[in-house]
Amino acid sequence: MAQVQKTTTAGAFDIRSIIGGLIGLYGVVLVVMGLWFTDDSEIARADGINLNLRVGIGLLVFAAIMVAWVVLRPLRVPAEDTPDDAKPVAG
Amino acid sequence: MFKGVAVDSDVLRLDASFIDYAILASYFAVVLGIGVLARRQVSSSIDFFLSGRSLPAWVTGLAFVSANLGAIEIMGMSANGAQYGMPTMHYFWIGAVPAMLFLAVVMMPFYYGSKVRSVPEFMLRRFGPAAHLVNAVSFALAQVLIAGVNLYLLGTIVNVLLGWPLWLSLIVAAAIVLVYTTLGGLSAAIYNEVLQFFVIVAALLPLTLAGLHKVGGWEGLKEKVAASPGGAEQLSAWPGNELSGFSNNFLSVVGIIFGLGFVLSFGYWTTNFVEVQRAMASKSMSAARRTPVIGAFPKLFIPFIVVIPGMIAAVSVQEMIQYKGDGSGNVTYNDALLLLMRDLLPNGLLGLAITGLLAAFMAGMAANISAFNTVFSYDIWQTYVVKDRPDGYYLKVGRWVTIIATVAAIFTALIASGYSNLMDYLQQLFSFFNAPLFATFILGMFWKRMTPTAGWVGLVVGTSSAVFVFILSETEVISLQGQGASFLAAGVAFVADIVVSVLVTMVTAPKPETELRGLVYSLTPKADLSENRTGDEAVWYRSTPMLVGVAAVLTVALNIIFF
Repeated sequence: MAQVQKTTTAGAFDIRSIIGGLIGLYGVVLVVMGLWFTDDSEIARADGINLNLRVGIGLLVFAAIMVAWVVLRPLRVPAEDTPDDAKPVAG
Repeated sequence: MFKGVAVDSDVLRLDASFIDYAILASYFAVVLGIGVLARRQVSSSIDFFLSGRSLPAWVTGLAFVSANLGAIEIMGMSANGAQYGMPTMHYFWIGAVPAMLFLAVVMMPFYYGSKVRSVPEFMLRRFGPAAHLVNAVSFALAQVLIAGVNLYLLGTIVNVLLGWPLWLSLIVAAAIVLVYTTLGGLSAAIYNEVLQFFVIVAALLPLTLAGLHKVGGWEGLKEKVAASPGGAEQLSAWPGNELSGFSNNFLSVVGIIFGLGFVLSFGYWTTNFVEVQRAMASKSMSAARRTPVIGAFPKLFIPFIVVIPGMIAAVSVQEMIQYKGDGSGNVTYNDALLLLMRDLLPNGLLGLAITGLLAAFMAGMAANISAFNTVFSYDIWQTYVVKDRPDGYYLKVGRWVTIIATVAAIFTALIASGYSNLMDYLQQLFSFFNAPLFATFILGMFWKRMTPTAGWVGLVVGTSSAVFVFILSETEVISLQGQGASFLAAGVAFVADIVVSVLVTMVTAPKPETELRGLVYSLTPKADLSENRTGDEAVWYRSTPMLVGVAAVLTVALNIIFF
């Protein structure tokens, strides 16, 4: 952005926070399921892999990356509405 | 807990537990909660979100792909994978991606530069009311039929989760969508689209990996597919005889490239209201052109987590092996993915997978219904039937139309349920509606003389000839297995549309050139069509030609690797 604009962070409405939050929640649930609530028949079904645990860890890592991204590069939203931007501009 | 296979017609029963339902419920709580919150919040930040003005391009690109990744793609393409194997990859590498790149390079400058807000609006300005009306009516019809597919898939999930009969599942699913559409609104839809993408990948990627592990890795899958009724030809993408229905290799390749690759896919991606509008809402010409290109990258790799699981299901799930072997049993190819989930996923991950699928189906159907609603209330009712009433009247019409469309979708869902492979059905619909539209568009954009009369006559003749080919193939006058009939219908519709448009143009009066500025290539100044990247957008990795080049090279590489 060339000119200085009055901006504010999008905060909770940043889609990255929402993705990170929801995926993180699922990660926690799956890790808990994988550690304590996945019975042997379910593990045998997936050929001996504890899918819940592995996927849960994967989701947590992904969620951490998303959250880190939000913290490091917060999204700047123009504080005031600039309707001209919304319309296609003829050249 | 209930295990395994039921004895009655519900062969398919997912063994969902409390935790699976909790995961499902939390997803919809988040999406609906955001929808409700978004309405109450100060509009500026939300406004910004909806219009995507400064959203990072990866979000618009993902929303672009997600809008189509929905239901149909996941279930339809895994069904295709189970039935035809690797040739299904054509839908991505010959079909979708080249068309998306074409949209970015050739079509988007017109859409964006002419400042129209929708595809029917472009028709209205280029060809006038008659073509607009034909386009609006056929679009509305297509949306109800496709909403039926989404609803059918949604009903299937309710059916396998709860074991209710299909008709009851359909009605319940329709009611849920009605609530979701009214409660969540547009803001929920946008969040949903992007969220759903991640949830689906989180569910399908482990499913694919676990499935591959089970069948002995990639080599094991190849061995098993080669030994299955499909045979080794299902391992290479070309020539895809089984998919196209042509026994001649050369004709099959031509059918796939011209029918699927050119007419069907270009028609779908470049004229589809829902898709194109996502890109038209971008903040600049450059961003509008970049949106489909960015979407093309995930699109290239989606088949690995959609088609491959279908192929795995066909060689590892007992019922699928039987069905593919002799067509017996109570399953169809559409069940491939659900059956694989049932066999592999533990409770917990199962819930995540169900959530991803349900979210996709609901979003898909909601999009169909609201697109139908917009086009019917404004493009048809207000423009041609009951004009000049106050705004409140049309809002009320819109509400009734939503309900009527949802009820109509229950009936079109019953049509969809008659197909053992939903992709066959969808490709038929696309050949009726999208193929002629694409012909009219491309001719109208590059030939300034094309007349308004030619615009609507071409569409009508194109659609009728696709329907005619369909009837010929249904009555077995011409016999094409697989999706060849749709490829042929699309090709015929395209050619018929072009020929008739040219002939009609010869004998009717064109529009004055002054009215065509920005709508026809030769009458639009070059400056209007080029992207002018300044400031933030000037960095090298935001250059559309560069991105298109990379995507094209990747596409060719994938086609060669899986030749």
